[in-house]
Amino acid sequence: MEAAAARLKAHPWVPALLPVVILAAAIGLFVALDAPGLDRVGVPQEELAVERTVLRPGEIELHLRNDGADPVRIEQAVVNDGFAAFDQSDEEIGRLRSSDVTIRYPWIEGQAYEVMLITATGATIDHAIDAATESPDAGTGFYGLMALIGLYVGVIPVAIGMLWLPWVRTMSAHWMRFVLAFTVGLLGFLGIDALLEGTELAGQGAEALGGAALVWLGAVAAYLALAGVDGWLSRRQEHTAFLVALGIGLHNLGEGLAIGSAYAIGSLALGAALVVGFALHNTTEGLAIVAPVARSGSVRARTLVLLGLLAGAPAILGAWIGASFFNPSGAAFMLGIGAGAIAQVIVQIWRQMRRDGERGLSPNVAGGLLLGLFVMYATGLLVSV
Amino acid sequence: MRKFGTHRVSRRGLLGGAAAAGAVPVLHELIPHQALHGGTSPAAAAAVGHHAHAAHAGTDHLGAVGRVAASANGFDPTEILRDFDRGTLRDGVREWEIVAEDREIEVAPGVKYAAWTYNGRVPGPTLRAREGERLRVRFVNGSSHPHTMHFHGIHRDVMDGVPGIGAGNIQPGRSTTYEFDATPFGLHLYHCHSTPLAEHIAKGLYGAFVIDPADGRHDADELVMVMNGFDTNFDRANEVYAVNTVAFHYMNEPIRVKRGELVRIYLVNALEFDLLNSFHIHANFFDYFPTGTRLEPRDFTDTVIQGQGERGILELRFPYAGKYMFHAHVSEFAELGWMGFFEVED
Repeated sequence: MEAAAARLKAHPWVPALLPVVILAAAIGLFVALDAPGLDRVGVPQEELAVERTVLRPGEIELHLRNDGADPVRIEQAVVNDGFAAFDQSDEEIGRLRSSDVTIRYPWIEGQAYEVMLITATGATIDHAIDAATESPDAGTGFYGLMALIGLYVGVIPVAIGMLWLPWVRTMSAHWMRFVLAFTVGLLGFLGIDALLEGTELAGQGAEALGGAALVWLGAVAAYLALAGVDGWLSRRQEHTAFLVALGIGLHNLGEGLAIGSAYAIGSLALGAALVVGFALHNTTEGLAIVAPVARSGSVRARTLVLLGLLAGAPAILGAWIGASFFNPSGAAFMLGIGAGAIAQVIVQIWRQMRRDGERGLSPNVAGGLLLGLFVMYATGLLVSV
Repeated sequence: MRKFGTHRVSRRGLLGGAAAAGAVPVLHELIPHQALHGGTSPAAAAAVGHHAHAAHAGTDHLGAVGRVAASANGFDPTEILRDFDRGTLRDGVREWEIVAEDREIEVAPGVKYAAWTYNGRVPGPTLRAREGERLRVRFVNGSSHPHTMHFHGIHRDVMDGVPGIGAGNIQPGRSTTYEFDATPFGLHLYHCHSTPLAEHIAKGLYGAFVIDPADGRHDADELVMVMNGFDTNFDRANEVYAVNTVAFHYMNEPIRVKRGELVRIYLVNALEFDLLNSFHIHANFFDYFPTGTRLEPRDFTDTVIQGQGERGILELRFPYAGKYMFHAHVSEFAELGWMGFFEVED
């Protein structure tokens, strides 16, 4: 008796595990008895999200995810009002499971297509292809092209923007606060943009995976994680600059994702105007990185290069991911991360401004904030052509 | 039921939607076309070659994937073709019993449809009588919804099978008897007339109604073709088209006919939601008798159009053995199930 009691005392986890074991047993029994007393009400809800489209000569491949509560069977495929031959990786798609449907169809470059999948119950899943173009092969040429785009829209503009450092250094404390406020304005715009963008994207992905909640989850996670990183970095004088660079980097990852995925589905023409627009838009991000380090004495060139790459290079990574294995839910989560990171960065810069003597909202700080928001809005117009 | 899932990313309005529709052509102007897709000339040429091959592979396949088993449906479109229900003659009156029942049918391989049927089949039985006969149709509603039987023909209002007149709507479990004379001769139609009307018809409550002229017609290999369609996702547009219900059935099982023999086709358009349907025969022409109410053909043609509820009789002979296609010349319907083959044998 005493020995047993001693053993129980020796295992403090036993009482903690007891409810878990009972829960497991209860679930097992409930399932084994097929939910006693509860009858299924209503008809099967068939919902499928088309997560990705891949076009190869003579073939349209759709990557599907079951977004509803019930399993779905795809029985026929119709392209532009005609039955078409197809193969699928899974006869039945279970809840949250995915399947690839490959339709044989002689599609023509540049034309629009409407794909309709008919399920066993006669329900249809519609998917529009706005302008058919062959999906890029994941060869070196393609990765090279995506890297080039990332370089153009991410790395180079940020690096150019950082060249404002010497000028920012000559500023008085008064104007410095203006520039920092300007930076906060820029970042605020990007953060809001990322949240809206992410929410929209999440709506296109499988709702069952969380939908818009994914964006906020990502944002909170990034905010808290960066708060932790901040504690770790705080002994270094450039820590705010690093956080800014990281936040902008996550934002540029989202930008790369958008470009890459649009390119992959043929709804993006990689024109000069687009690249110029993104470049102008992102140059201001360079200023945001250097503003916090301007007053911290000398900064090593190596550090500046690192900061620039941290902020700009994720655009390349994003373009690769976006073009090769894009998933709307994942992209929404990443945009959320970007937004959370930016929120943390804004908090950091704000603290720095308070240390510099800013109290409340002086006219030049308010002006800086507004100008930052406006510049981002205006340069954003350039990329919406 | 519907879920629209494009995964197009709309980033600041650039990459999708109306803005992109305007933007893309502009961007196309800005840099050379090949650069847009990263293709070099030899690669592009190779892609074209590939394309042609793929196109060939794609169009080699006509029809749906798989087949519908007649055993699952309980009726076979091939048997429906030559299945005429003459009822039973009792005391000089021709009598039928028709039962409405709800039944799930397979309209394209794997695609189930919750149909409403007359006698368990879609189209309902082809009722056949001779001009001037007295007809008596006992209608039993075994479905879970009210229905009627409305016959095209000439008769008194109380026998017209519409709600509110005569027996009106026949409630589930109830029955009634329609009685009228077989007139005029020709090819007619019967269908449910309960409201909502389009729904009651589209779900399968229709059939051909043949009244032979008092002196009969020439001997022929007679076929019934009821052109129909199915709105499987309830958007009031058809997803599947067919003759006698099963999409592409006669592609898989061509209709066998004898070379030189007179073939008479009773063609009925029971399609809902689309205004027109049509019939086109390959490598042949036919005499066309609209509604079958005159014994002289109106037309000698290879394509005929029918509106909703319209029907007509086609007479033709195949001069050569072989496989000959027939389909709606509304090509969209053809590729959504309304096409088939005649197999002409010596």
